[in-house]
Amino acid sequence: MGQTGPLLSLKNISKDFYGNVVLQNVGFDLHEGEILGLVGENGAGKTTLMSILFGMPVIAETGGFTGTIELNGQEMHFASPFDALDAGLGMVHQEFSLIPGFTTTENIVLNRESMKPSILNDAFGDRMSTLDRPEMKTRAVGAIKKLGVKLDPDMLVSEMPVGHKQFTEIAREISRKNTKILILDEPTAVLTESEALILLDSLKKLAREGVGIIFISHRLREVAQIADQIVVLRDGVAVKNVPAAGVTIKDIASWMVGRSISGEAGPREESRALEEEIFSVEHLWVDMPGESVRDVGFSVNKGEIFGIGGLAGQGKLGIPNGIMGLYPAGGTVHLEGKEISLNNPAAALKAGMSFVSEDRRGVGLLLDESLEWNIAFTAIQIHGQYLKPVLGGLFTQRDSKAMEGLCKEYIQLLDIKCTGTKQKAKELSGGNQQKICLAKAFAMKPNVLFVSEPTRGIDVGAKKLVIDTLKKYNREYGTTIIMISSELEELRSICDRIAIIDEGKIAGILPPSADVAEFGILMAGATDSPSKTKRQSAAEEAPRA
Amino acid sequence: MSAKKGIAKFFSDYAVVIIFVLLTVFSIGPSGLSISYIIQEIITRLGRNSFLVLSLLLPIYAGMGINFAMTLGAMAGQIGLIFAIDWGIAGWQGLVVAFLVGLPVSLLLGWVCGKVMNMAKGREMVTGYILAFFISGVYQFFVLYVMGSVIPMRNSSITLSRGFGVRNTLNLESVRQALDNIVLLKIGPFSIPLITFVIIAVLCVFIVWFKKTKLGQDMRAVGQDMAVAEAAGIPVERTRIVAILISTVLACVGQIIFLQNMGNMATYNAHDQTSFFAAAAILVGGASVTHASIPNVFIGVILLHAMYIVSPLAGQNLFGSAMIGEYFRQFIGYGVIAISLVLYAWKAKKAADATRLGLRLGAAGESTIVKANGDSGNGTGSAGKGTAGGSK
Amino acid sequence: MRDIKTSIQDFGWPRIIIFIFLIVLFILAPIVGVRLDASISDVLNRFGQYAILVLALVPMIQSGCGLNFGLALGIVAGLLGSTLSLQFEWRGFMGFFGAIALSLPFSIIFGYIYGKLLNKVKGEEMTIGMYVGLSFVMIMCIMWLVLPYSNPQMVWGFAGKGLRTTISTEGYWFKILNNFLAVKIGQFFVFPTGLLLFVAICCYLVWLFMRSRTGTAMTAVGSNPDFARASGVNADKMRTISVIMSTFLGAVGIIVYEQSFGFIQLYTAPNPMVFPAIAAILIGGASVNKASMVNVVIGTFLFQGLLTMTPSVINSILQTDMSEVIRMIVSNGIILYALTRKAKVTK
Repeated sequence: MGQTGPLLSLKNISKDFYGNVVLQNVGFDLHEGEILGLVGENGAGKTTLMSILFGMPVIAETGGFTGTIELNGQEMHFASPFDALDAGLGMVHQEFSLIPGFTTTENIVLNRESMKPSILNDAFGDRMSTLDRPEMKTRAVGAIKKLGVKLDPDMLVSEMPVGHKQFTEIAREISRKNTKILILDEPTAVLTESEALILLDSLKKLAREGVGIIFISHRLREVAQIADQIVVLRDGVAVKNVPAAGVTIKDIASWMVGRSISGEAGPREESRALEEEIFSVEHLWVDMPGESVRDVGFSVNKGEIFGIGGLAGQGKLGIPNGIMGLYPAGGTVHLEGKEISLNNPAAALKAGMSFVSEDRRGVGLLLDESLEWNIAFTAIQIHGQYLKPVLGGLFTQRDSKAMEGLCKEYIQLLDIKCTGTKQKAKELSGGNQQKICLAKAFAMKPNVLFVSEPTRGIDVGAKKLVIDTLKKYNREYGTTIIMISSELEELRSICDRIAIIDEGKIAGILPPSADVAEFGILMAGATDSPSKTKRQSAAEEAPRA
Repeated sequence: MSAKKGIAKFFSDYAVVIIFVLLTVFSIGPSGLSISYIIQEIITRLGRNSFLVLSLLLPIYAGMGINFAMTLGAMAGQIGLIFAIDWGIAGWQGLVVAFLVGLPVSLLLGWVCGKVMNMAKGREMVTGYILAFFISGVYQFFVLYVMGSVIPMRNSSITLSRGFGVRNTLNLESVRQALDNIVLLKIGPFSIPLITFVIIAVLCVFIVWFKKTKLGQDMRAVGQDMAVAEAAGIPVERTRIVAILISTVLACVGQIIFLQNMGNMATYNAHDQTSFFAAAAILVGGASVTHASIPNVFIGVILLHAMYIVSPLAGQNLFGSAMIGEYFRQFIGYGVIAISLVLYAWKAKKAADATRLGLRLGAAGESTIVKANGDSGNGTGSAGKGTAGGSK
Repeated sequence: MRDIKTSIQDFGWPRIIIFIFLIVLFILAPIVGVRLDASISDVLNRFGQYAILVLALVPMIQSGCGLNFGLALGIVAGLLGSTLSLQFEWRGFMGFFGAIALSLPFSIIFGYIYGKLLNKVKGEEMTIGMYVGLSFVMIMCIMWLVLPYSNPQMVWGFAGKGLRTTISTEGYWFKILNNFLAVKIGQFFVFPTGLLLFVAICCYLVWLFMRSRTGTAMTAVGSNPDFARASGVNADKMRTISVIMSTFLGAVGIIVYEQSFGFIQLYTAPNPMVFPAIAAILIGGASVNKASMVNVVIGTFLFQGLLTMTPSVINSILQTDMSEVIRMIVSNGIILYALTRKAKVTK
């Protein structure tokens, strides 16, 4: 590397969203030909950092950021992603950004097509130029060659395997003449193992040609394999910035999930003796896009709080959604010895299970209806409660009084801040909306309660309240709770046992007292099957029927 | 197996075309019409209608579906013709004047239409349909009250007796078939309006060329995925407005060609069925809401009009009532549009389901794949990457 | 006081303009020599005539199927019921309610099939509904010609078969509701008690239904189908029920219209009935995904008021009939306005 200074240098980047700090004095350098692995849990600030780097409008809309971005020693101010592209940054996003009915070539040169001027240019501008297809193809083939993969330049994207789509995207980024830096956000997440290997090879090839690469991934093995430098983000702080040489996967994992900076979470639960099995799952698969479950089995004891954790996209969210019938699922599920029919939300609810969805605004609430409706609706539909007979029982009507009573009860119980029971759900804050979701589930008087990401997107004070409410409910009514969360500390503060999901399967079940690094390793998918069983520790998986 | 599948695919893709061919062929006999009469009629109607139908192509490329608001262009053309008649300009020169007057009107209306459709993304078709009715009201206001009062009219024979407003029927005698008759080619028993066909051919060449331009490429990109196009820096809304703008201007020309052939014009209703006939024709020709080509246009015009020619007489001779044939052909027209729209929406849903199934096969591994028997609910099938987790 | 501002915003400027315009018309009426009592009587009558057709749109809007551009299906079911009632020579209340009863099975069949179809084409309900309605009306045109009706008052005299385009309800159940308990004040004012009572009962029944368990579920499906599904509600079933209800109410609506108007209009007559109904409910403040009884009542009153008052008042002023143009611009303008407004559902 002939050059002395860094290609890209981030200095003291800080960003908050309305007082909620997501990045704090983050900085690192990227040199020519270097691959920098950027790792961190969900919410660690990776996405925000990349948005800042790319001049995404969302950053400016939410009050901008502090700190500087330097490119070749020169301070840059990107007003839009197009400025960043012009400056030589290329980004491959998590979602494919390809036109399905276009060929590889057309996608690679999208909106940068080679053109031949036509007679109408003078009157109507450049867009009336005709496309120079041979030239476009030459450029596309050049980019593909640079990447070192096999891609048919004339194939339609809609007919490609996933891996080829990913390569097409990368080819598009490097086909820009001045692309010096390439940023890839979870590029291997959708690839098969062999495709991922090819991708890693071609990234190395690009690096050898002088491109600086920022590689963001959950797959620590890949990061360890490819990166020259590793930056670990945790809670918005770059906790580590080390050369990759000599770093093990276990090191990265423990840096990633290590104690939260905000200090020790509350006191751990003492282990409780809960013996009687109430709920069991065997060979569950769930087809939930982006969160598919392959083969999961576990069992939960009566009165237990059972935690399910894992990184995004590994399938932890698919488990409750599948059991509650919201996504196509298969396998067997037993509640109190009775088999629950899957793919039927009504049956799951009738059997005594209840679900607080992670998608609060999408699935959890009727945003345009009153709080009364939101809390009572499921009980009305499933148990026929809060209805009163009219015309001598000929048919029934909503019982507004009973609904109001129920709503008031929970407003008081959960300390919901609202102007009244008739207020629309969309007008509440995130934390209070979450409490409405909990109230809806509580109103069903469930035996088993699923809570999915209960603290996502709500402020710190409300988080604690929600967790305390769950705990109180568990202790007072003996309700079995299965809690799914991305926040490990949260799980460790309340759960009796925690299962970690990786690639749609249970990687292991640990007690909350287990070492953070052990959780980290299970999450990072660094284990392979034989050693997996060994790592499962004392709390052990409940015996499978 | 695959051959069988291929045949099945052929039938499902061309179902509408096949049904039409069969219906028409079986109706020719009972209609009692001679083949040469039918062919001459089809030639006439090709010249009359093709241009209008071609104006639907660009919005389909741009992903805006059938542009039911093409009627706006037709109205602009009618306004042009009214002025040409009022000014007493006869012959093809009158048509040119009509176009020159209609052009700015259609540009204005097309721009308004494009703006409105950008406000109603995802329901362009129904919005265009209503917009056509709305502008039709404005058109009536203009022609019935403004013309002759605010805008002076010279020719008293076309104004209503009260002194302002245009008569219900406008005689286009002075420009009647002015375009068709410039060169009327006689081949055997058939007469072919050569210049009209030359103009249509020029438009086809233009469309083919346009698809090869940067703008045409952008239009296709926008039509397939607005978000990706936007991210790539293509001005999505502008491109959509341009597509509608061109469509509206073409419809203006198309309506002038249509009316010069007809020779008279129902001032207040001439445009009512324009979009219906054009939409039915292009769909009969095998186009869908998302895909269309120039052959679709000509196949459609020929098939639709062949049926329109034979069905009233066939109805008269088969059922003893011409009205049955009349209603039947209208039913076919509306039915074709309904079926095409249903097939399109249904295929879109099925494609989303197929993507999901692909995911499931990948995801479920060795587990037995049981067909989900839950309620079909909504297909949140995301065709994006598998990791589109909820956290975004 | 934020409520006033937001409620004006919610109500929307086009509606306010129409409202003010109508008030101006009422003020102008006596000045230009139009009798106010006769006008009000006329407005009330037309209100009753159209209200149930407007009411028919509520269930589908509430269940998330959008504006029912395929209302013609319900109207056709009503036409079948009323023509059969006439064929059987049922008279008086027997004839009127018989027509409604006879239209019920047709409504259920049409509504069921139409509902199943709409479930397959979610997101495109409105465009498809429109063309399904149009093509179905055309099939029925053929049916009116060939069905074996034989009542001489209904079939073409010269051919002895095929129904006439308009059939008088005179002598059967003409004005059966309008005249029921009608109160006549002075020479020009008649209060159509029976008609308005019937409309009120229908609105009340729909209101009751919307408060039942099924009605609640239906509203939730329209508001957030995912929420409803997670609560164990079968969304498709609810949508189908709403389509059947809408179709049946459309049938009742056209029968009420016929008894007041005096004629059963066949063939392509159902088509132009649909847009005014949709315009009316939108003027009343409904959106593409929310509608209430209040929207129905206010909307029908405003829209029919406008249609009644413009010809008489404007014509007196300008000496020319602009009512058709105003009707086209107002009714299509309001639909356009509703379609181009960003969906208010916050997600």
